[in-house]
Amino acid sequence: MTATFLGVPAPRGVGHLRGDESFPAAAHGALANTQLRRNLGHATAVIRAKRAAVVAECADWEELRLAGEALKRATMARLDEHLERLEREVTARGGTVHWARDANDANAIVTRLVQATGENEVVKVKSMATQEIGLNEALEAAGITAYETDLAELIVQLGHDKPSHILVPAIHRNRAEIREIFLREMPGVDPELTAEPRRLAMAARAYLRRTFLRAKVGISGANFGVADTGTLLVVESEGNGRMCLTLPETLITVMGIEKVVPTWQDLEVFLQLLPRSSTGERMNPYTSAWTGVTPGDGPQAFHLVLLDNGRTATLGDELGRDALHCIKCSACMNVCPVYERTGGHAYGSVYPGPIGAVLSPQLTGVEDNASLPYASSLCGACFDACPVRIDIPSILVRLRARHVEEVRATHRIPSPEAVAMAAASWTMSSPRRFAAAEKATRLGRVLGRKSGRIGALPPPLSAWTGSRDLPRPPTETFREWWVGHVPAKPSHTAARSPEASEPDVADSERDGKR
Amino acid sequence: VRIALFITCLADALYPDVGRATVTLLERLGHEVAFPTGQTCCGQMHVNTGYQPEALPLVRHFVETFEPYEAIVAPSGSCVGSVRHQHGMVARGQGDEKLAQRAEAIAERTYELSELLVDVLGVDDVGAYYPHRVTYHPTCHSLRLLRVGDKPLRLLRHVRGMTLIELPDADQCCGFGGTFALKNAETSTAMLADKMRNVLDTGAEAVSAGDSSCLMHIGGGLSRLRSGTQTIHLAEILASTDAPARTAPARATESRPAASNPDEQATASRRTPATTGGTPA
Repeated sequence: MTATFLGVPAPRGVGHLRGDESFPAAAHGALANTQLRRNLGHATAVIRAKRAAVVAECADWEELRLAGEALKRATMARLDEHLERLEREVTARGGTVHWARDANDANAIVTRLVQATGENEVVKVKSMATQEIGLNEALEAAGITAYETDLAELIVQLGHDKPSHILVPAIHRNRAEIREIFLREMPGVDPELTAEPRRLAMAARAYLRRTFLRAKVGISGANFGVADTGTLLVVESEGNGRMCLTLPETLITVMGIEKVVPTWQDLEVFLQLLPRSSTGERMNPYTSAWTGVTPGDGPQAFHLVLLDNGRTATLGDELGRDALHCIKCSACMNVCPVYERTGGHAYGSVYPGPIGAVLSPQLTGVEDNASLPYASSLCGACFDACPVRIDIPSILVRLRARHVEEVRATHRIPSPEAVAMAAASWTMSSPRRFAAAEKATRLGRVLGRKSGRIGALPPPLSAWTGSRDLPRPPTETFREWWVGHVPAKPSHTAARSPEASEPDVADSERDGKR
Repeated sequence: VRIALFITCLADALYPDVGRATVTLLERLGHEVAFPTGQTCCGQMHVNTGYQPEALPLVRHFVETFEPYEAIVAPSGSCVGSVRHQHGMVARGQGDEKLAQRAEAIAERTYELSELLVDVLGVDDVGAYYPHRVTYHPTCHSLRLLRVGDKPLRLLRHVRGMTLIELPDADQCCGFGGTFALKNAETSTAMLADKMRNVLDTGAEAVSAGDSSCLMHIGGGLSRLRSGTQTIHLAEILASTDAPARTAPARATESRPAASNPDEQATASRRTPATTGGTPA
């Protein structure tokens, strides 16, 4: 860590990077929600299987991942240069570039740009950056109505809900719930609407079409911004993005600064990695790319808002900065056993799941999302699934250490956990003390004498015994046993030669049963 | 080959049968086992909970204890994972580059049990006999941190008399995760519930794994439900032969024959290295 201080965390009081309660508290409610558990378990299993199938088709998948990682690392190392190049190229092609230090800046810029058009409504392409900064709320406060046009975002918006997944934000809803939301909230909806997916999509389509044709201003995010040519790209499945990017007179794109790629050639790698990792498709149905303004074709005014909002601060941690390599595919949340059970809302941030647990605390400063780095069993499934090989488990461990250091630095009295950890370190760095401590655990044998198991312990171990037994400590530790152990004479032939053993009933029985 | 056993703090204190089985197995295969008595803990709990300065003395102690040995084995994928992926990082993070390099050199010759058997000793049939229905949970750190692949299964498929039943969603975490099981006890338990459902669906008598910590978690849940399904460490299966039974496999619930004296049992197993062909029930 160097002492150079480059960035500031995303500000409090705006946007959606912080939850109202800690992860364990939020998870408590989510885990008890049967509908949520069922919807998520089903949806993540389906996406996992689809992804696994299309990834298995690529003989060079691991090489692609390595390439993706290397490209991101090289890009981040010269981020400033690429961003300035992007600005020059966008400007040269008739666009206007705005730099937003944080969510407040970005919201103010976009609001001002919309107001300058004289319009009071906008259509939106699904975008994580605008969710992150709370743009819809900022526009609403200025009397501007934002219409989400991605089907799932529309469901979330009409349901006065929050997205719970970065790719499929309404993953926590099933079709019956969606039907109810449409019947209740969608103007002009057919009262005979059924929960058939096709009917639901048709209802959304009819509702959205009127909006597309009317709107004069479109707002999008960007999956990639190519510095070389000043080209922005959005990949999507529904075609709503294409409508928003081409029909309005004014287009405003809010892009996180980490989304820049140096050249078109980089897209060769990312456009293979992204759809297979996210929707489990070989190729996404729509890839829209636009460069500045083309007279007589598409929006005649284009604004690019480059958003920092804690990203430069994140770059300051040489391990943690890899979280910025994320291409927002959502593969990590689909394979995460924690996400699958708690859903996205428990994370409090618009970035849930494993990547959210490493990204949100870095964007806001660890103290504002202190429970997220611990919301993982470190099982490693996320790292294996990540198309750009972000070592999420190692970053989680790193952020835990940062959190502990911060607490240590700001609290005079160490926490009970810190005291226990220090005591364990002192005990375990000496074999004599460790052996004595092991002997002391044998006192636990007073427990569970009748049942042979320990079913209840006082806090903090009650967190374990609330749902799990513990074994009674044994009468003898291993090291005590070893003292009396007489080693077998070393020989270099196995005591039992496998070749010599006759095939017996057990073998055939085993083969038969398998 | 002279092999140093890193028993791990958990197995030393709570699952000594796992250590006895590892010794029995390696000696039966003709190898000399050393037990450096100065050993304590790898420090993984400290690192994973965010206490890296507190982990440093444990890393240093591990390095000093095991540096003289040419091969080190632990019956735990997780603890070997810590040695291999964390020790160097902790030492370097705390500014001790020299210790980091020593730790990394030791990590290269520290093996999880199935790695030692298959990769180093070149055996996949250890001559074991275990006449029970068993399912195998591969454990996250063995699978994804060490990449042991199918090595444990190759060993288990050669065990005579055993019916190995495939565990559905085997690669899913059991929910242990060290202090995760305490800090996020409810989420951990939700994960455990699905793991137990899959284990029970197999109809196996016992679930096996290469990590006592995961087995403590799964076994703790199975015991709470009075499911009657036991846990048994990979080492204990591989150490079992058709020689007369001496001790029963590790279990979440301690069960002992009526009117037997535990101290007598311990003495008996001290005289006779464990052969665990006994029934898991």
